[in-house]
Amino acid sequence: MNGAETTARVGLGDRDRLLGWLMLAPSLLYIAALVGLPFFLAIALSMTSATVGDPSIHGFVGLGNFVQVLHESAFPLALRNSVIVTLGTLILTLVLATAESELLVRDFRGKRLLQILLILPWAMPVSLAAIDWLWLLDSEFSPVDWLLRHIHLLGPGSPLGPANHLYYYGKEWLGLGAIVAINVWRLLPFATIIVLAGRTSIARDIFEQAQVDGAGFFRTLFSITLPALLPILMVASMFTALLVFGDMAVTALTTRGGPGYATQVLPYWAYLKGIDGGALSEGAAVALFMFPVLLAGAILALRMAYRAESQGDRP
Amino acid sequence: MMPALRRLGFLLGLLLFTLFAVFPIVWMVITAFKQDADLYDAANNPFVYNLPPTLKHVIFLFTGTNYPVFLWNSLFIGILVVIITLLLAVPAAYSLSRLAGHWGERSGIAIFLVYLIPPTLLFIPLYQIVTFLRAANTVWALVLVYPTITVPFCTWLLLGFFKSLPRELEEAALIDGCSRWQAFVRVALPLSLPGIATCIVFAFALSLSDYIYATVFVSSTASHTVSAGVPTELIRGDIYYWQSLMAAAAIVTIPLAVAYGLLFDRLVKGFQSDSAGGEATP
Repeated sequence: MNGAETTARVGLGDRDRLLGWLMLAPSLLYIAALVGLPFFLAIALSMTSATVGDPSIHGFVGLGNFVQVLHESAFPLALRNSVIVTLGTLILTLVLATAESELLVRDFRGKRLLQILLILPWAMPVSLAAIDWLWLLDSEFSPVDWLLRHIHLLGPGSPLGPANHLYYYGKEWLGLGAIVAINVWRLLPFATIIVLAGRTSIARDIFEQAQVDGAGFFRTLFSITLPALLPILMVASMFTALLVFGDMAVTALTTRGGPGYATQVLPYWAYLKGIDGGALSEGAAVALFMFPVLLAGAILALRMAYRAESQGDRP
Repeated sequence: MMPALRRLGFLLGLLLFTLFAVFPIVWMVITAFKQDADLYDAANNPFVYNLPPTLKHVIFLFTGTNYPVFLWNSLFIGILVVIITLLLAVPAAYSLSRLAGHWGERSGIAIFLVYLIPPTLLFIPLYQIVTFLRAANTVWALVLVYPTITVPFCTWLLLGFFKSLPRELEEAALIDGCSRWQAFVRVALPLSLPGIATCIVFAFALSLSDYIYATVFVSSTASHTVSAGVPTELIRGDIYYWQSLMAAAAIVTIPLAVAYGLLFDRLVKGFQSDSAGGEATP
């Protein structure tokens, strides 16, 4: 790095620029080699007939894999479920994170301990969280079912049906609901931290002024807090959506995409096809279907965040 | 009347959020110490010990499985990833915030675009690259690949941190005869320690929680991480070693949660300095 200083005396601006490039270059090269290259390799792969047995990218088949994948009955389901799980998680997480940040912005006794308890789900690696929930909603020994039976919501002659168990991961909508619940559970602490960052930077005197003017809790929430939080809510939604949409661990370890393809999602389907099934090229094609959705979502969120910010509610 | 009602709502809200967060964890911890005969009896109250608790399954986890190896691998990979991430992200973020002119300050969006490409999109070609480099099935495959997740995120976070530092401090150092590099090392770096601490936590957490790369690139037990090893080793076909599984999860989760919980306010600050995706605020 000190090489920048031993170069011939040039203007300060030029030397700064050279140092700037030297400091940036390692990251750029690394990202180019291990994100950029694989990304284009994924596109190239998706247009070949490569398999695990023969991973060369010579057999060019054009858009054949995409057409092939589009015609499989699992595709519309996987796409639908990916969107449902992402949107469901996103909406619930944002609402809950906003509410939770409204509580945590205050000071109270025992806040430290509470912060540790509230952050617990996020401290757990995703796969372990999925296993925890697999056991929590077990088909036979679920304590949730046990509680439901004890308040007579489940079991013979009760509102939720005569069976003694709900079999969460064996049903289409209960399975998807469980996947959403797991994702909300594990991402809520992270989203709350982000929203709280925006919430604490809203100037206090705005709230005091609102109180003087006689605005109630909900009036303050909807006309002051939420508009001011909009940019940070966009950031929170982008992170949440990315983390859910790109995740396969929760589905892979709980419903395994079943019954049939009823709860299958794009990333896990790509994994099953590409690695388990050995059809690298088809797996890559499935994974690439995620990209336009991701791109559209990100552009939307960034534009909204940008617009909200340039309206000048922050100096 | 009104303040009392508000206080009640406040406490009730806190209670509900805490219950939601803690319920699955409590269930996990209770399970870890249960005897088989107690656990697998649907008539029992699942929340209490109907038979005396036992350490049998925790001991089995450490003596009868490869869990200690997984823990060691995760720690080893995590530490190396943190070091690599800091070496790459700290200079890059400083460069973008101070030395790259106007476009550098607005590069938050570009960094986001990198972060946008999830592991599930890249794992197939990366698998080929890792195999080509003969790193498949070793911890080095993961050490090599995890910074693709951590570097963009940490650069973005630090970019905000450096931007929030007043330029005048470094300019004063420059006038006093420091070179730009010295100003970075002696002035900007010490001031950004809170941001760097946040990065360390995030980089470690992200490397620990990855599932897809850890499953795809590594299939030998000796190189598995906690994330991939626990589900593959402690679930054999249809047999789930539930108590050991829950113990394995609790042992990783609880210390991390304490660390995160203590860093909570700092994490909030980490996002505060750059709340809107890295766009420069004029």
